[in-house]
Amino acid sequence: MKRAGFDAIVIGGGHNGLVNAAYLGRAGLRVLVLERRHLVGGAAVTEEVFPGFKYSVCSYVVSLLRPEIIRDLDLPACGLEILPLESTFTPLPNGDYLVRWADHDLTRRELYRHSPRDADAYDEFGRLMHQLAFAVKPVLGMIPPDVTSFAPSDLAGLLRLGRYVRGLGADRFHALVKLMTMSAADYLEEWFETESLKATMSASGIIGTFLGPRSPGTAYVLLHHYLGEIDGVFRAWGFARGGTGAVSNAIATAAERRGVTLRTGAAVARVITRGGRARGVVLESGEQIGARVVVSALDPKRTFLELVDPAELPGELVADIRRFRIRGSSGKVNLALSELPDFTCLPGFGPHLRGAISISPSVEYLERAYDDAKYGAFSRRPYLDIVIPSLIDPGMAPPGKHVMSIFVQYAPYQLNGGWTDARREAFGDTVIDTLSQFAPNLKSAILHRQVLTPADMEREMGLTEGNIFHGELSLHQLFSLRPATRWAQYRTPIAGYYQCGSGTHPGGGISGAPGRLGALRILKDLRQ
Amino acid sequence: MLRTTPFHSRTALLCQAQNWRRWAGCVVASSYELSHDREYWAIRSAAALLDVSPLYKYLVRGPDAARLLDRIVTRDIRRCAVGQVMYTPWCDEAGKVLDDGTITRLDEDLLRLTAAEPNLRWLHENSAGLDATIDDVSDSTAALAVQGPASRAILRDALEADLDSLRFFRATRAQVRDIPLTITRTGYTGDLGYELWFDGRHAERMWDHLIAAGQPYGLTPAGMLALDIARIEAGLILIDVDYVPARKALILARTSSPFELGLGWTVRLDKGYFVGQRALRAEQARPPTWQLRGLEIEWDALERLYAEAGLPVELPAAAWRTSVPVYAGDEQVGYATSGCWSPLLKQYIALAHVRAPHTAPGTSLAMEVTVEHRRRRAPARVRELPFFNPERKRA
Ligand SMILES: Cc1cc2nc3c(=O)[nH]c(=O)nc-3n(C[C@H](O)[C@H](O)[C@H](O)COP(=O)(O)OP(=O)(O)OC[C@H]3O[C@@H](n4cnc5c(N)ncnc54)[C@H](O)[C@@H]3O)c2cc1C
Repeated sequence: MKRAGFDAIVIGGGHNGLVNAAYLGRAGLRVLVLERRHLVGGAAVTEEVFPGFKYSVCSYVVSLLRPEIIRDLDLPACGLEILPLESTFTPLPNGDYLVRWADHDLTRRELYRHSPRDADAYDEFGRLMHQLAFAVKPVLGMIPPDVTSFAPSDLAGLLRLGRYVRGLGADRFHALVKLMTMSAADYLEEWFETESLKATMSASGIIGTFLGPRSPGTAYVLLHHYLGEIDGVFRAWGFARGGTGAVSNAIATAAERRGVTLRTGAAVARVITRGGRARGVVLESGEQIGARVVVSALDPKRTFLELVDPAELPGELVADIRRFRIRGSSGKVNLALSELPDFTCLPGFGPHLRGAISISPSVEYLERAYDDAKYGAFSRRPYLDIVIPSLIDPGMAPPGKHVMSIFVQYAPYQLNGGWTDARREAFGDTVIDTLSQFAPNLKSAILHRQVLTPADMEREMGLTEGNIFHGELSLHQLFSLRPATRWAQYRTPIAGYYQCGSGTHPGGGISGAPGRLGALRILKDLRQ
Repeated sequence: MLRTTPFHSRTALLCQAQNWRRWAGCVVASSYELSHDREYWAIRSAAALLDVSPLYKYLVRGPDAARLLDRIVTRDIRRCAVGQVMYTPWCDEAGKVLDDGTITRLDEDLLRLTAAEPNLRWLHENSAGLDATIDDVSDSTAALAVQGPASRAILRDALEADLDSLRFFRATRAQVRDIPLTITRTGYTGDLGYELWFDGRHAERMWDHLIAAGQPYGLTPAGMLALDIARIEAGLILIDVDYVPARKALILARTSSPFELGLGWTVRLDKGYFVGQRALRAEQARPPTWQLRGLEIEWDALERLYAEAGLPVELPAAAWRTSVPVYAGDEQVGYATSGCWSPLLKQYIALAHVRAPHTAPGTSLAMEVTVEHRRRRAPARVRELPFFNPERKRA
């Protein structure tokens, strides 16, 4: 094979790196993706850790995968299939439960059982969120303007942003401001009285953050759910057939069809720079590969502090990146099961098992779980977000058997005494004990378990401090501030060196948006 | 009370949605669950169980059985080997399509015809001088379709039959306990799938058996709404929706020839006499005026039309089946007859009759859409059918 030169090298084969490469390849560039692990996908991988059972090792549902990426890269033709994930089931310690179904009338009847008032409020709330989500949706598809700049493109961006906000009208603008500044719990308090409803809804605001449901700034993530719903018309929301790794594989296939070369087992040690320009990369093996464009799809800490010499960067940026909050707070437990969990409150098999199962009985429960973490322990009674992928895609496990994905919070990266094998197992036991209280048959059904702590995610997936979103999605780390003021446009101070991981706008989750917007930036710069 | 199928005692219990539809004078479930979403996905990602008993079924027996059918349909049935299935339309003398269905050669002298409409009289009318008997077994024969990527694994567990060597559009005999049946590798989904034909007296036992065997693989009973989306993706036409059978057409303009319906490949003009042969021969000599084509509505443009009304795109969840104008510039050059959002392909697609010369794949046309009570035109691209054609269908 001829060792063709490359125009661009993408460091990191996570889904954003792959999206970035595919767009660059589509524009005719010769692109090389270098991935440290033996497979691409990063935090969106499916692995058969236990024979016959496929785990979506880290991320487990597809929420915000941008429809324009699905279309531009023709991902369905590359094997992407997104199946509906329909309900959210919250078992309660008092033997009752709360389920929100896909069907409006069923949900209404269920909410009515808990609080007739909430049943009405839920529809109104949904309508408002839907409107707000529709209004802010374009933001996901735009390169954030540099708020410190007077360049015409940045001003135009600000103007466009202003237009979206103005279009909202005073009432909804007011609601948006509240949403951007309040805690999820406080915000929901204004609407609902059912504890389990408020808790389960506010839980989406704490995922991936080192914050509790009562911490300010957690409310706006509520919008994400409704953003997913808007796209839900054409179902970019749900469960990927084959697990989340199938999303990465579809993007990888799309990239390869556009001439992109993928290399796994190729860890990049650093970026080669000369004269303030990126010239290529050096692998850990010592191999050097040249290219005029180098893109880091890693998190900002790695992009700015490890792959390049911080001495080459403005001190202000280095300080910003050092301050960039990337505290990991989540763990993951994956189980192979011989039978389905049998919940005491809703016994036997039923459609409630096919959706999300949330252990979030009350806001206080969540806040207490956070309290443990604040003082350096994992939660004694953690928040769990569970799905049983094999019920949605039977191919995930042998016939009649099941896999269960349990997302766990809180598991602080900075654990007192540090993470050890023994503490990992103790953490795993805590998770299983917590769930077993609601589904007592669980323990005897477990054939295999995989426990991932933030330390494991850092070591194995290359997520600094195990942060699932490459940095918290809190207000001061979003949009034009992600990852740092003046450097939120996918460029870096080093010419030809770009960033496109989840640490850039619009942030974490399997959206592909940072990868795409990064590529658009690069292509624009190359044309100039 | 309308007729029910032999599976009604089972399907009625399952039909949470209480949503039924008529098919050939029978009631069948539109969807079992409150929404057909999961039933659709079962077809594409696991397997679905569909009650297709309302189909008309005729057994044609005797030394001239194949000749009789060959006289009626456009395909060459004398070349249909024992154990083979052929899809075919049939026409009137004017070469206009009356119906379409499948013919299975169960034996040298025994063939089964399936049809969407009653055809007993037509079969008899065309049997003059031939040594063949015709049995209408529509009511006594139950039929189930098992469709989807897991269908082979399910049937391998459920029945004694040599499924691995059963190729696309082939038939085989099988046995479940004491129930004899035939299996054809056919279906209306464009996916890997099978249809099972057996005596209706065994219907309930067979249903229960398949449900039990299929459960570990995610086998899901699916209704007509799910099927409708799948068949549009597969580019399979539906009588009374995508074409008017010549017998029911009040005016000539409503009739279609096989060439106009994308079924030119089924017309074997070189075989012996068949009904409509002369007309079709004449028609084949000139390029068809109408063609059945796929349309893909351009999403970005559709999104803009809705954005002008301050809305996200709103599409019906189920497939639609109404006639919708299709334009080239300001001129109407066709009409779409069914369409849906394809959850799998993530495309808004339709089947349309398009007039020459606008039929080439890639041609830019426009389809009428109603956005917030106003008629708008959404750009749409002509596509070759089918939209979806997975390798597993034939593999
Ligand atoms: C436990 C967990 C659960 C989650 N759940 C969800 C969910 O349900 N839904 C959702 O939408 N999102 C979820 N997320 C978030 C989402 O998965 C991530 O935000 C997203 O996958 C990150 O993608 P990325 O491409 O930006 O980065 P990554 O996926 O982190 O990719 C970075 C890649 O770079 C590689 N790499 C690192 N260092 C080097 C090097 N030096 N050289 C070469 N390669 C290197 C890594 O191996 C990795 O493959 C979850 C994340 C985690 C961890």
